[in-house]
Amino acid sequence: MTESNYWRENLRIISLLLATWFIVSFGFGILLSDFLDQFKFGGFKLGFWFAQQGSIFFFVILIFVYVHLLNKLDDKYKKNKQ
Amino acid sequence: MSTQLLTYLFVGITFALYIGIAFWSKAKDTGDFYVAGKGVHPVANGMATAADWMSAASFISIAGIIAFSGRDGSVYLMGWTGGYVLLALLLAPYLRKFGKYTVPEFIGTRYYSDVARIVAVLCLIFISFTYIAGQMRGVGIVFSRFLEVDINLGVIIGMVIVFFYAVMGGMKGITYTQVAQYCVLIFAYLVPAIFISILVTGNPVPQLGFGDTVVGGSEYLLDKLDRITTELGFVPYTENTKSTLDVFCITAALMFGTAGLPHVIVRFFTVPKVRDARKSVGYALVFIALLFTTAPAVGAFARVNLTDSLQDTKYVEAPEWFKNWEQIGLVAWQDKNNDGAIQYSVGNAFEGVKINFSDEIGVHGERVVSNEQNLSNKNELYIDRDIMVLANPEIASLPGWVFALVAAGALAAALSTAAGLLLVISSSISHDLMKKTFRPNISEKQELLYARMAATAAVIIAGYFGINPPGFVAQVVALAFGLAASTIFPALLMGIFYKAANKEGVIAGMLAGLTITLSYIVYFKFYAPDLNNASHWFLGISPEGFGVIGMLANLLIIITATKYFPKPPSEVYKMIDEIRQP
Repeated sequence: MTESNYWRENLRIISLLLATWFIVSFGFGILLSDFLDQFKFGGFKLGFWFAQQGSIFFFVILIFVYVHLLNKLDDKYKKNKQ
Repeated sequence: MSTQLLTYLFVGITFALYIGIAFWSKAKDTGDFYVAGKGVHPVANGMATAADWMSAASFISIAGIIAFSGRDGSVYLMGWTGGYVLLALLLAPYLRKFGKYTVPEFIGTRYYSDVARIVAVLCLIFISFTYIAGQMRGVGIVFSRFLEVDINLGVIIGMVIVFFYAVMGGMKGITYTQVAQYCVLIFAYLVPAIFISILVTGNPVPQLGFGDTVVGGSEYLLDKLDRITTELGFVPYTENTKSTLDVFCITAALMFGTAGLPHVIVRFFTVPKVRDARKSVGYALVFIALLFTTAPAVGAFARVNLTDSLQDTKYVEAPEWFKNWEQIGLVAWQDKNNDGAIQYSVGNAFEGVKINFSDEIGVHGERVVSNEQNLSNKNELYIDRDIMVLANPEIASLPGWVFALVAAGALAAALSTAAGLLLVISSSISHDLMKKTFRPNISEKQELLYARMAATAAVIIAGYFGINPPGFVAQVVALAFGLAASTIFPALLMGIFYKAANKEGVIAGMLAGLTITLSYIVYFKFYAPDLNNASHWFLGISPEGFGVIGMLANLLIIITATKYFPKPPSEVYKMIDEIRQP
C-alpha cells in the first residue's frame, strides 16, 4: 500500500509545518509576545517584531519548505506524471 | 508638468494597458472564462493572486490603521498573510487536482448534494458582494481626490474599465490585467516608502529602517514612537491594548477567512499542474509580503512625521497638505485652548462619529466644524486614518510624480480585486446555479453567454453600491471574513481530510456557522452598537473574531453527524483518494 504511505508521510509534513506556523504567529506573535519583548535586536522588541514582521517572513519560508518536501515526496513515490 | 497632469497621464496609461490586455486575451470558451484554460504560469498566477487579494483597503488603509493603533494592528498583518500557509498546505493542491471550475462545484460533488452546492453559492455571493462594494467606493474616492472628478463619475469610469476586461476576458483577461496591476501597485507602494525610509532613518530598506535609528540621533525609531505616544497620553506604540484571547481570535478568523475566500481559492485552479498550485501559493505570499512587511514601517514613519510636523505648530504655519485634506474634509482642527496651535493627544476631538463642517471660516483660517467639541480631553485634531498612505508623499514633500504614481497604484489595487470578485460571482451563477442545477441542458456557448450576462449584472450592482454605499462597508468586511471562516473553509477542509464527512453534516454545519457568525455580528454592529464593547462580548471576543466560534461549531457538527447519518457513497471515497494523489 504505497498510496497510504504517501498520504501518511504527507500528513506528517503538514502537521510539522502547521505546528511551526502556529508557534511563530500565535505563539511568538501573540501568546508569548509580551515575554519575548524583553529581548531586543536593533530597534525591535522581539515579540513586537514577530507580530508585525517576523511571522510573515516565516510564513513565506514555510510554504517553500513545504513545496520542496512535497516535490521530494512525489519523486520518491513517482507521482510526478502530470 | 503639474501634478494634476501627471496623475491624468499615469492613470490614463495604466487604463489603456488594462484595456489592451483585455482585447489580447479574450476568452473563447468556458474553460478560458472560468479558469484561464488552466495555462497560467505559477509566477504570473502568484502576482495575479497578490493583486486579487490586496484590495483598496490593503493599499490605502493598512498602514494608516497601524499608524494609529500601533501594536494592536498586528492582527491584520498576521491575519491577512498567515492564511496563505493554510491555503498551500491544506487546500490549494487538492482543489487543483479536483480540476473543475468553482468552489461550490467542489462542495456539491464532494458532498453529493445540490443543497450543499446551493448553500455554498449563497455564502459565496454574500461574501463577494460585501467586498466589492468597498472596492468600487475606493475607486470613487481616489478619483475625487486625485483627479478632482465627482465620486459617482469615478465609480462609473471604474465600472466601464472592469466591464471591459472581466466580461470579455473572463478569468483569462483578469489574470493578465492583474499581473500588470500588481506591478503598478507594488511599485507605487514601495517608491514612496523607500523615500520616506531614507528621510526618517537614512536606511533605504523600509523593513530595516523600521528597526533603525532616526536620522540625526541615536534613538531607535520605535523607541522614539513609544516616547512621543506616551508623552501625548496614548498607550505606548509597541504595546497591546486588546485582550490576548481577542487578539488570538481576530487573527485566527482573518487567517481561516483568507483561506476560505472563493476569489482567492479559484486563482489556484488556473495553473497547469498540482505542483504549480503549491509553488504558486508561495509566490503569491512573497508578492503579498512585499507590501505587508512594508506597511508597518510606513505606518511607523507616518506616525512620527505626522506628530513632528503638526504638534504645537501654529495653524497658520501648518503644512500645505494639511490644508488640502482639510478642504476634502478628512482632517479637521478646532482650537480648544485658544493658543492658535495644533495639539494632538488621546481621545476624540469632537462628539459624534461623522465630522460635519459648517461654511464658516474660523479666526485662524480653519474650517469650522459644527460637531460639539469634546471637552473631556485636550485633543484638537481629527484625522481620517485612510489618508495616511495617500498623504504620505505630501507629508514627506516628495515630487509630484510620486503622488501620481500612488493614485495609479490605489486604482490598480481596487480594480484588480473588484474584477476577481466579479468573476467568482458570475461563474457561481452561470456554472453552479444554471448549468449544474436549473438548466443542465444548456450548451457551452449558452453557458458562456450566461456567465457574461451574470458578470454584467454584477458590475452594475457593484457600481450601484459604490455610488450609494451602505453606511456600513467597513463593518461588513468583518462579516465577509467571519463567514468565509465559518462556512466555506471547514467544508473544504473536512471534504479533503475527513472521508466520513457526509452531506447532512456539512449542510447543517455551514448553516450553523452562517447563523452563529451572522447573528453575533449583526447584533453588535447593527442592532445594539452601544453594547459593542468587551464587557458585553461572549468571552470577550469581538465581532471581528467571532468567525472562529462559528468555525468550531461547524467542525463539531460535521464530526458529530458522521455518527448519526449514513456514510458518503463509495464514489466519493474514490474521488477523495483521487484528489489526494498529485
